[in-house]
Amino acid sequence: MTDTRLEQIVGNLLRAGVMLAAAVVLAGGVWYLAAHGGTAPDYRHFHGAHGKMPWTQGLPAPLATIQIGLLLLVATPVARVVFCIAAFAAERDRMYVGFTLLVLAILTYSLLMS
Amino acid sequence: MNVSVFSAVVFLISALAGFLGALTGLGGGVVVTPVLTLMLGVNIHYAMGASLVSVIATSSGAAAAYVKEGFSNVRAGMLLEIATTAGAVAGAHLVSVVPVPALAIVFAAVLLYSAWHSLTEHSSRDGHPADPLAARLRLNGSYPGPTGPETYTVTRIKSGFGLMAVAGLLSGLLGIGSGAMKVVAMDQVMKIPFKVSTTTSNFMIGVTAAASAGIYLRHGYISPGLAMPVMLGVLGGSLLGARHLSGANVRVLRRLFAVVIAVMAIEMVYSGVTGGMR
Repeated sequence: MTDTRLEQIVGNLLRAGVMLAAAVVLAGGVWYLAAHGGTAPDYRHFHGAHGKMPWTQGLPAPLATIQIGLLLLVATPVARVVFCIAAFAAERDRMYVGFTLLVLAILTYSLLMS
Repeated sequence: MNVSVFSAVVFLISALAGFLGALTGLGGGVVVTPVLTLMLGVNIHYAMGASLVSVIATSSGAAAAYVKEGFSNVRAGMLLEIATTAGAVAGAHLVSVVPVPALAIVFAAVLLYSAWHSLTEHSSRDGHPADPLAARLRLNGSYPGPTGPETYTVTRIKSGFGLMAVAGLLSGLLGIGSGAMKVVAMDQVMKIPFKVSTTTSNFMIGVTAAASAGIYLRHGYISPGLAMPVMLGVLGGSLLGARHLSGANVRVLRRLFAVVIAVMAIEMVYSGVTGGMR
């Protein structure tokens, strides 16, 4: 991409996305500590869970809020890939539109179908 | 220790890891998992899930700063991303079948390698034949130098692509960014200038980690209560570290950090083999 201005806009959007995700995680975290802060942490043993998108079912509301913040975070690099498709398309670079679509397909498989 | 105290301790450790990771260029994610498992007795799968999330946060959070410098090669990054995301999906699927002692040993090997890599000097740009594929794939580029834009050519694309698949596999298998290995593939193998390699690697790390994230979420490796203090800590620490980059004596810090990482690697092998790690 030669258009540094576009890249800069994308960079700022990504940072805004991360800050939004961090704010949601923080809000959920404060809620979680207020509600469950006095309980004992339990991370010593793995409780395998096989959830489905959006991976919030069965979670108490504060933890579900944190999970939504984490999903927003995971969405930021995916958004970057989508922006790249648009930028390559604007340059009429068909080869790189194809490569980027392939990356997006792998990401989509992981997030929605695996 | 109740959840509030535990979360505060995890937050502070993660902030320190993020701070040192940004200062030394090693990334904070790589030390989060050994610290959580060895010091706080956290299950390795939960630790890896929290670490993976923090990798995405630092990558996307730093993107704006890197873009401003105009160094990254977006085409090379996107092409190589095909290899890293495919590798990451495979690696993330492997987590559920690889026994924990084996995970600990692979993790330790990657830690030792990162420590060693951070201490070695980076190659000078010797002459190399341009790969004819580089022109066809429009990978040759330029970056802002002291006397105007400096151009560079890219070589050994197939080898770099293969190494990137391995970097992606390790990223998915261990919940790390694999930044050191990505930089080696671009800088040492493909002869992309070091500064371009590191900034391109930063943007690739987030996309690679996102490819593992769906599988990690589905298997329940990402536990929100643990990921919360880790993500906030590493993000805050690394943003602070990036701001102090110029003022610190990076050389001394790098050596210190490398020693810490090497000690953790040895402990990880010991703990993994003796069954102290779950």
